[in-house]
Amino acid sequence: MKSTQLSTPNHEYRVKTDIPFFTLFASLSSFYILFILMIIVAGLLKVEWNDFSIALRNPNIQYSIRLSMITCTITAVLSVIVSLPIGYLLSRFKVPGKILIDSILDIPIVLPPLVIGLSLLILFGLTVAGTDSDPFTVDDLFRIVSKKLFGRDAGIVFQIPAVVLAQFMVACAFAVRTMRATFDQISPRQEDVALTLGCNHSQAFWRVVLPQSFRGILTAGTLAWARALGEFGPILVFAGSVRMRTEVLPVSVFLELGIGNVKGALAISLIMVAAAIVVLVLVRFLGGKTFENYRRAP
Amino acid sequence: MITIQNLSIDLGTFSLRDINLTVAAGNYGVLMGKTGCGKTTVLEAICGLRSIKSGQIHLAGRDVTKLKPAERRVGFVPQEGALFTTMSVRRNIGFALSIRRWPKKAIQERIGFLAESIGITHLLDRKPEGLSGGERQRVALARALSFEPPILCLDEPLSALDDDTRAEMCRLLQSITKNTGVTTLHITHNREEAVRLANQIFLFDEGRIKEISHEQVIRPVGEMG
Repeated sequence: MKSTQLSTPNHEYRVKTDIPFFTLFASLSSFYILFILMIIVAGLLKVEWNDFSIALRNPNIQYSIRLSMITCTITAVLSVIVSLPIGYLLSRFKVPGKILIDSILDIPIVLPPLVIGLSLLILFGLTVAGTDSDPFTVDDLFRIVSKKLFGRDAGIVFQIPAVVLAQFMVACAFAVRTMRATFDQISPRQEDVALTLGCNHSQAFWRVVLPQSFRGILTAGTLAWARALGEFGPILVFAGSVRMRTEVLPVSVFLELGIGNVKGALAISLIMVAAAIVVLVLVRFLGGKTFENYRRAP
Repeated sequence: MITIQNLSIDLGTFSLRDINLTVAAGNYGVLMGKTGCGKTTVLEAICGLRSIKSGQIHLAGRDVTKLKPAERRVGFVPQEGALFTTMSVRRNIGFALSIRRWPKKAIQERIGFLAESIGITHLLDRKPEGLSGGERQRVALARALSFEPPILCLDEPLSALDDDTRAEMCRLLQSITKNTGVTTLHITHNREEAVRLANQIFLFDEGRIKEISHEQVIRPVGEMG
């Protein structure tokens, strides 16, 4: 700055134009946004309305849509329930081995999805008792438990619970990140005051912290839901791709492609895109509205 | 009475050693010192929000060193108030009483009385968002006094206020603390505020707390924050 002043002692100081800066940033931003829109539009151009109605009338696909919606919702709820305490404890307390725990929580995010499926398969196939010729595996354990509870000896592997578990393993890691960030943004001062006013930590959490983290919970749930909807690798390995049993939407796309039905696969893909957009918009809208109400409150 | 004896606190980057301080019962103590010297840490230790390494803290005749914050009966007003953002002013003030499971009617009566004496009756049904700095501090004060604590701890409660509001709040603090008989410890940078409010003034200097006279605050010897 000093040199500029020295070089133009008797002239007005002029700032260079901002146009190149904004042109560069805006063009890089729009490149990516346009790219996202283009891949969706390309799909829409290729598919006809008839393909949608054929897909939607197919009982396999109807089952797949239902199963996707149900498993994703269960996964989202489970992810929120689990990520809430992890996020809170990591954000507020000096947990021993915090760096290690943080890294462990990143494993599902960085691990290839297929490997997660394989690892789940191996875990549930571990022999806990019995002999090599007649092994008693972790999955068998669940069979006994489910027989006692529900009267059916359904295990986990290659069954619907495997779909949820495979989705949950990855989706929850994302929910944890979101919840952690949410609690990091909430000042601990209000909790401190609540403690001096007579609360224990539990009361301070439920009464003071939780109401403030509503938007974070909503975001974590949505993220987990959307993440679960797209989960494919671990489901394929751990739950299988059995029609009318463990077939969720990404598996349907895979199966349709496998029999050469590209248009059908495309139609299902676009149904998934639509479902994801609807959920995202809905939550943005709900979250935004709540926030507005909260701000406008007299 | 607030008594701190040989208090030591480890803060990671630095530590406080052998802190001693006594505010006589019913007195208004003001603690002054440079930014970052550990004033807030001492206040947090009194409230039970900061774990201490050694030493003792006595409040209103009880050894509270090992008690939880909730059991110490300290009214705490942090910087900027830290009002519960999702609750109305009314619920903020009644919070400590609803935790103590007071009957609803008694809570409303207490809220009404406090709001009246602190001059915030017209704010009761508003949310903290949108309140002015002075209004926030009044609500925080009412909330801190709601459960009739014998001790009141204020962390720079007036630092973000304009001069007129500050003078008004000083008058309010004077009358409220006098009427309730609460023993107060108030942290501030502001000399005028200290002289105006305090019966006892303490200076945090080079890791030690020493009591100084009002004259020393007005004409400081050496450097002071």
